[in-house]
Amino acid sequence: MPVRQWISVALAGLLGFSAAALCVVYVTLFWGPVHGSAATTQIGGPFTLVDDTGATVTEKTIAGKPYVMYFGYTYCPDVCPTTLLDLSRWIKKLGPDADRLNYVFVTVDPERDTVQSMHAYLSSFDKHIRGYTGTPTQIAQIAKEYRVYYQKVPTEEGGYTMDHTAVLYLMGPGDKLVTVIPYQGDDTSAIAKLRNLVALTPSS
Amino acid sequence: MRTLSKLALVALSIGFVAPAFAQGTSNASITVEQPWSRATPTGAKTGAVYMTLDNKSDAADRLTGATSEVADKLQIHEMKVENGVMQMREVPDGLPIPAGGSVVLKPGSYHVMLIGLKKPLTAGENFPLTLTFEKAGNISVTVPVQAMGAMQDKGGMSGMGGMQDGKSGGGMGNMEMK
Repeated sequence: MPVRQWISVALAGLLGFSAAALCVVYVTLFWGPVHGSAATTQIGGPFTLVDDTGATVTEKTIAGKPYVMYFGYTYCPDVCPTTLLDLSRWIKKLGPDADRLNYVFVTVDPERDTVQSMHAYLSSFDKHIRGYTGTPTQIAQIAKEYRVYYQKVPTEEGGYTMDHTAVLYLMGPGDKLVTVIPYQGDDTSAIAKLRNLVALTPSS
Repeated sequence: MRTLSKLALVALSIGFVAPAFAQGTSNASITVEQPWSRATPTGAKTGAVYMTLDNKSDAADRLTGATSEVADKLQIHEMKVENGVMQMREVPDGLPIPAGGSVVLKPGSYHVMLIGLKKPLTAGENFPLTLTFEKAGNISVTVPVQAMGAMQDKGGMSGMGGMQDGKSGGGMGNMEMK
């Protein structure tokens, strides 16, 4: 009995430590895509996650269209709902062209953001936006590939909040970062960027 | 018993007087102007309350805590987006309100965070909130819920919805506690 307990404690510790270590690594990776020349910076890559309907998704699931990707979490009181609401408004402005892009909200808080909670949360926003969650390891993987910084910050009484990169990635054909929309980006410029992304849709 | 009823009378009279000199809800030193909140997405466990805190007194004060029946726990947070990264921190020692000055709690900055929402906040509804100040004691306000994504309080009238808390005023609050 005690041996088994020790093993579980050790495993849990190891997992926690590796998650923390990965988060720290991302700090150093983050700055490239936003301030560097976006078009040439390599971001994105293979991932396996689960969407808010419970279906397994990979990079191939969204590869057919240019896509918008945003990293956040549902316990976020301000930035995430504001950004998702902005995105919902812009999607509406695109009209029928909205269908020519994919829109993904990836959680950086997989411990609390289950398939069900992601689904319920997204029901408040435009129906084009899909939610992706996964295991902490899977989330760490995709965050690394998209050079997204995230960090758990403990609060008093055992709770926590998440620091995280809060920009919308606009990804074009070939999984290339085209541009980003910053937090509280203005409507005119954001819609122009999205229309530009629509124009990059491969003709088939 | 007699002391209690006297207290009640004093509290009552303050209650009547307060609205006369307040756009917002206040006691002698602190005025809470236009508290407001935003509707929350389905299933969301957190929300935020915004307002302006005016300190009319000669002494600095501090917002040290808040309670409300709509959430398990309330904390005072500072949010900022720096270099594209959203950071949120609990303000550990309370939010200072300088003497004769004011502090604005607004999206992208300070807010009272509602943690463990018991149900989603719906636009058009109101909920009660009690703020605790180091010197000014407790002040209770009514918080109107704006649409999701609202960036500021819509009506100038919302602050009026608040009611003076009978327990407010540091000294009196303490006395009642005993």
